[in-house]
Amino acid sequence: MTTKYIGKPASRVDGLEKVTGKARYSADFKVEGLTYGFIVSSSIAKGKITGIDSSRALALDGVLQVFTHENVRNLPWFKLRYTDLDAPSGTPFRPFYDNTIRFSMQPVALVIAETFELARYASSLIKVDYEEETHTSSLYQNISKSFKAPKGKIGYVPPKSRGNADAAYEDAAFKIQAEYKHSAEHHNPMELFSTTAIWDNEKLTVYDKTQGVSNCQFYIGNVFGLAYKDVRIISPYVGGAFGSGLRPQHQLFMAVLAALELKRPVKVGLTRQQMFSFGHRPATLQKLALSASPEGTLESVRHEAYSETSQFENYTEVIVNWSATMYACENVELKYELVKLDTFTPLDMRAPGAVTGVHAMESAMDELAYTLKMDPLIFRLKNYTDEDQVNEKPFSSKELVACYREGAEKFGWAARNVEPRSMRDGKNLVGWGVATAAWDANQMPSRAKALLSIDGKLVVSSGTSDIGTGTYTIMTQIAAEILGIAIENVTFKLGDTNLPLAPLEGGSWTAASVGSAVKTVCEDVRKILLKHAVKTKASPFYNYDPNKLQIDSGEIFDPNDSSKGISVTEIMRLAGVNSIEETSTSGPNPLVGRKYTMNSHAAVFAEVKVDEDLGTVDVTRVVCAVAAGKILNPKTARSQILGGVVWGISKALEEESKLDHQYGRFMNHNLSEYHVPVNKDINDIEVIFVEEKDDIVNPLGVKGVGEIGIIGVAGAIANAVFHATGVRVRNLPITMDKVLQIAEDDRNQVAV
Amino acid sequence: MNSFSYNKVTEVAEAVADLTGHANARFIAGGTNLLDLMKENVARPDHLTDINKLALTAIEETEDGGLSLGALATNADTAWNELVERKYPLLSQAILAGASPQLRNMATNGGNLFQRTRCYYFYDTATACNKREPGSGCSAINGINRIHAILGTSEHCIATHPSDMCVALAALDAKVNVTGPYGDRVIEFRDFHRLPGDTPHLDNNVQDGELVTSIELPPSNFTQHFHYLKVRERQSYAFALVSVAAALELDGNTIKDIRLALGGVAHKPWRDCSCEEAFIGQEATEANFRALAEMILADAKGYGSNTFKIELAKRAIVRAFSEALKNN
Repeated sequence: MTTKYIGKPASRVDGLEKVTGKARYSADFKVEGLTYGFIVSSSIAKGKITGIDSSRALALDGVLQVFTHENVRNLPWFKLRYTDLDAPSGTPFRPFYDNTIRFSMQPVALVIAETFELARYASSLIKVDYEEETHTSSLYQNISKSFKAPKGKIGYVPPKSRGNADAAYEDAAFKIQAEYKHSAEHHNPMELFSTTAIWDNEKLTVYDKTQGVSNCQFYIGNVFGLAYKDVRIISPYVGGAFGSGLRPQHQLFMAVLAALELKRPVKVGLTRQQMFSFGHRPATLQKLALSASPEGTLESVRHEAYSETSQFENYTEVIVNWSATMYACENVELKYELVKLDTFTPLDMRAPGAVTGVHAMESAMDELAYTLKMDPLIFRLKNYTDEDQVNEKPFSSKELVACYREGAEKFGWAARNVEPRSMRDGKNLVGWGVATAAWDANQMPSRAKALLSIDGKLVVSSGTSDIGTGTYTIMTQIAAEILGIAIENVTFKLGDTNLPLAPLEGGSWTAASVGSAVKTVCEDVRKILLKHAVKTKASPFYNYDPNKLQIDSGEIFDPNDSSKGISVTEIMRLAGVNSIEETSTSGPNPLVGRKYTMNSHAAVFAEVKVDEDLGTVDVTRVVCAVAAGKILNPKTARSQILGGVVWGISKALEEESKLDHQYGRFMNHNLSEYHVPVNKDINDIEVIFVEEKDDIVNPLGVKGVGEIGIIGVAGAIANAVFHATGVRVRNLPITMDKVLQIAEDDRNQVAV
Repeated sequence: MNSFSYNKVTEVAEAVADLTGHANARFIAGGTNLLDLMKENVARPDHLTDINKLALTAIEETEDGGLSLGALATNADTAWNELVERKYPLLSQAILAGASPQLRNMATNGGNLFQRTRCYYFYDTATACNKREPGSGCSAINGINRIHAILGTSEHCIATHPSDMCVALAALDAKVNVTGPYGDRVIEFRDFHRLPGDTPHLDNNVQDGELVTSIELPPSNFTQHFHYLKVRERQSYAFALVSVAAALELDGNTIKDIRLALGGVAHKPWRDCSCEEAFIGQEATEANFRALAEMILADAKGYGSNTFKIELAKRAIVRAFSEALKNN
């Protein structure tokens, strides 16, 4: 099918607003009489508040109130009132509920003042006394207390074993086992969390940074006992979130609490330091054991993961399951357990679970390939599968072989000498590594509205979010394509609870979910237009078969008869309609889900140069070949994959939240010491979208590209480092001391 | 951040006078470190004297053939200054290894000397830190100390000095001109910063009310064989795990003069002249550089996470001198 807009590299429709500063983010909304809040964070990780002295803060002219657990009343006691759509099982954190400290940097007081500077200063005058209790913050030292991860969180699927992995491992000719440690990581979006809440004694309006306005509406309605219809959440732009906006954050509760109590508009933001006071990618310990026949057939996979969670909720993510579906294998044993620590509950972060589990699995696959003396790419192809062996279903589509082939060709993999330490560039050892990646291609029920006006302008809307991914742009493209009007005449609106309900923006499902709703609603409007064209007497197509008509550039025409035509606006005028408004719902087809497993895939190839003396690693080239169904916009999709690869490099080499066990506190809580790549760290990145036609996954044939770009990168880099140096660094990030094997003590290197 | 008064001055004498009469006044120039410290409640000045209007931006040759760097010349202007590039290329290299272009555009030479450590605990008032709060203890010794010192530490503090520029200044035998309520004086660079000892809250030997006016560099012959090597976890905007300022003056392949200063390893730029002297007259070989590295790090002590720095520093020294030899 030839298309005009879908599949074309349209520039971002919101690009001009963003680069000119007109795009307003949650902290940018000016309100008459605004007051400012500043949160005081606990200095301890566990214990009781024995007293709070706010007198010096309150004595300052312009300080309006200091909220603490001592004076905040009328909050619901029932724990489920605090839940949200992304909450795992357990008891959600209840701010100001009692004097118990459950994690370091827990909000213990909120100062409201006439200016931000005053609120910040006043916060430094508040004295909080604690009775400290012994906290538990080390995952490794508490593995013996692990327990089976419970169900309860959306998207979590418990692992399923098959065959007899232990017996197969015992009997196998070639085998490896290894442990992998990952530190916690924080999302650290550029934009800090901020909320402005306005209460007019009847209705509450809230500007918030979120990946789901309806989730915030649900939470605020429940916690503060307001009818959902009286709570409006607005979030037109989000400056990065990566999962951190999936759950309501501290400042939302704080701003609403103060606005309701003081009856003044309130703005509360988190500082960069306080961005380390909520969810994070959990620290994990993984144990893998793989075995293969002399011919290179994977005979057994055993994958165990131990992951941290808080004392009050059981955060779960899919870490080990990928190892059961990525390759053909008869004997797979999986285990996934949690360890409770005195930290905040972990939170979904780009490719949650997969980025952790796939790094370990893909490193282990590489290690086994070396044991077999087999090229690691050939080893992967040898164990390729077109069947999801866990659920005994075929994939709806899986062009992974094309990813391997096209990626390898672009990278020049065929020239690789399989021997470690065989390639050199001056003082640098050169290594090439490969890894596979997979992610779910999900669709969630979504609603969208379309309003076509007599002037030919179309406004399509849905209460979804654009966290920088390009939602505004691709929805505009879909609407223009389906209805057949020029893209300049289409506006897409999102981020407002007054708009039709959309799911949380996450899981790579927004393109498929909201995109399908936009497609459906535009098809509905198109049908109405064509109905008018054939039912309106003055129409040139009166009594025509509407199925023979098409719409393009706002013109209705018969492709087989160029003598006639009428514009969309003219037919509306003739039919006497000023506007056409439709709202439609679109959701996944459950029958398809029962018959097929739907995944996106990728193959990642990486080249590293490792300074032989200093151990520093430079990722000089990455090729990421992706099979993700129909690519709606190759430009924004490429940016998504580029971002994923950059983050993969970050995860492999730089990123970790350093947790001090003396304090149970993350210590590198700023962007100077929490390292993510700078421009100079990033070299050539090549993105390939292989052709993948999928009529099964959803009517648009799209699988989403938010996650798939990051998943294989750390594995490919770790494998390239081994190829360069002959050293297997299994604990991320791969730093110079680990490469040189001069790390005397990794007690704190892997901060878990 | 607390409330403070603020005054912009135009004369050096006025600046010095403006500071007196306040309990805890501070000069502010580029503010690239002080503002962060104030936002974190680590520095709580009651008064700021803004010295950006003082006429201290000149970079000019001195009578003895050296160079004077105005205290208020920015790091960027200094690094790219034609005289600095030609006469003290090691210094240019070191400055450009530091921070980011944006920070170097704001940061001044004087301010660079007063940068405070980036120890995590120093910046977090929820933790114990003898540098921030004398007597409260050092959290880093048994904590996360990957970025901490291996030389000249004490049981009270293992913080490092974060500057790159100062490492080159130490190697180049700079002098610091200060003025103050009791007149002018000159501080040799080696005496400018302090080791922590039992007074880790003191970073340097500048007295209350004193203002750095310029940094003076003596004539130097290290224009041919020099290298500043910074080993860090990313290629920009990261402090050194180990940095090396290496310079050689050669007669054939014989070392006529040699300089070695280390960053990221101590509470001050680390230089040991006795080590340098031991290699004057020796051949410029990798083996000798390794021997020099062993000597300067002989007393190094690791604290667990940072122990790797001892071997890393030795390798970095050898690499830096090897690179210096290549220059011509």
